[in-house]
Amino acid sequence: MASRSRDLAERAIAAVMADQIRSIARTRTWYFRGLRAAFSLPALILASAHVGFAGLAKEFGFSLAETMFMIGFVWALPANVVLVGAVASGATLWGAAFAVALSSVRLMPMVVSLIPELRAKQTRKWVLYLLSHCVAVTSWVIAMERIRKVPLDMRTAYYAGLGPTLVIVNTLLTGMVYVLVERLPPSIMAGLLFLTPIYFLISLWGSARERAGKVAMVLGVGLGPAFHVVVPQFDLLAAGLSGGFGAFLFHLFHKARQRQAA
Amino acid sequence: MTFHAFEGWWWHFLFIFVAGAIATDSWRFLGVAFGERIPEKSEALVLVRCIATALVAAVIGNLIVFPSGTLAELPLGLRLAAAAAGFGTFLAGGHMLLGIAVAEAMLAIGMMLV
Repeated sequence: MASRSRDLAERAIAAVMADQIRSIARTRTWYFRGLRAAFSLPALILASAHVGFAGLAKEFGFSLAETMFMIGFVWALPANVVLVGAVASGATLWGAAFAVALSSVRLMPMVVSLIPELRAKQTRKWVLYLLSHCVAVTSWVIAMERIRKVPLDMRTAYYAGLGPTLVIVNTLLTGMVYVLVERLPPSIMAGLLFLTPIYFLISLWGSARERAGKVAMVLGVGLGPAFHVVVPQFDLLAAGLSGGFGAFLFHLFHKARQRQAA
Repeated sequence: MTFHAFEGWWWHFLFIFVAGAIATDSWRFLGVAFGERIPEKSEALVLVRCIATALVAAVIGNLIVFPSGTLAELPLGLRLAAAAAGFGTFLAGGHMLLGIAVAEAMLAIGMMLV
C-alpha cells in the first residue's frame, strides 16, 4: 500500500516535470523565433543606419565607449542623431535633454499600442518595463507585423528574443565599424557619413502617417540649416518647434477645408 | 553645462545618460504605465509626431548643409544633388535600399569628378 502511494507520487512528480520541460522547450522555441526575426530585412536596413552612425559619432568626437553606450542605453537612432547634433551645436545638458525628449515622445504611443499585444494574464509588470527599453521603430514594426501569429503566452518570450538581440547586435556592430573607420580611405568615410542623412530622409518620409508629417519633414530640413546660421545653440529646438507647429497648423487647416468640402 | 563643461570621463557618460537615456526611456516607461490605448488619431499625437519629425529633419538638414570632416570637403551642390537623387528614386517608387544606393553612387561619381 505504502509502495503504491509512493509510486503514484513519483508518477505525479514525473508528470509535472515533463510538463515543465515541455513548457521551457516551448518558451525556448519562441524565443529563438523572435531572435531569428532580428535578422530580417528591416533589421538589415537598421544595421546599415548604425554603420553610418558609427562614422558620425566618431567624426563629432565621441569615444568608442561613449558611442556604444549611446546605442545600447538610448536605443533610438533618431534620439541619438539629435543628441549628437545637440552636442555638436554646443547645447547644454538640459537643452540637449529637452531636444532628445521632444524627438522621443512618439515612443510612448508606440509602447502603449504594443503592450496589449505583448501582455498575457500572467505577465509581470517588470518584464514589460524591461522589454519596453527595446522599443524603437524597427523592433516595433517587426513586432506589430508578426506578433499576432505568436501564441499569447509566448509573446514576451518572442519579443525577448527580438528586441534585446537587435540592441546587442547593433551595439557591437557600431563598435566594430567605429574601430574599422580609422583605416578607411576618406572617400569611403564620406560615403559612410552620408548614410545617416539619406537613411532618415527616406525613412521619415516613408513613416509619415499623415500629410502633415511630410510637411513637418520638409520644413525641418529647411529650417534646421537656417536656424543653425541664426541661433546655432538652439537650432534644433527652434526648427523642431516652429516646423512642428507649422505642420500642425497645416494639418488643422487641411482638415477644416476637407470638412467644408464634405 | 555643455558636453565639454567638465574634464572627467564620467561627465560624458552622465551627459549621455541624462540627455539621452533618461530623456528617451521616460517615454517608454510612461507608455507601460499608461497601458491603455491612446487613440491613434488624437490631435495631440499628430502635433507630437510633427514636432519629432521636424526635429529629426532639422538634424538631417544640418548634416547635409553643414557636415563635418570628410563630407565637408565635398561641394554643397554635390551633397544636395546626391541626397535629391536618392530621395527622388525612393519617391518614384523605388525601395528604400535602392534610394540609399543611388544616393551613395551619385556621391561616389561626384567625388571622382571633383
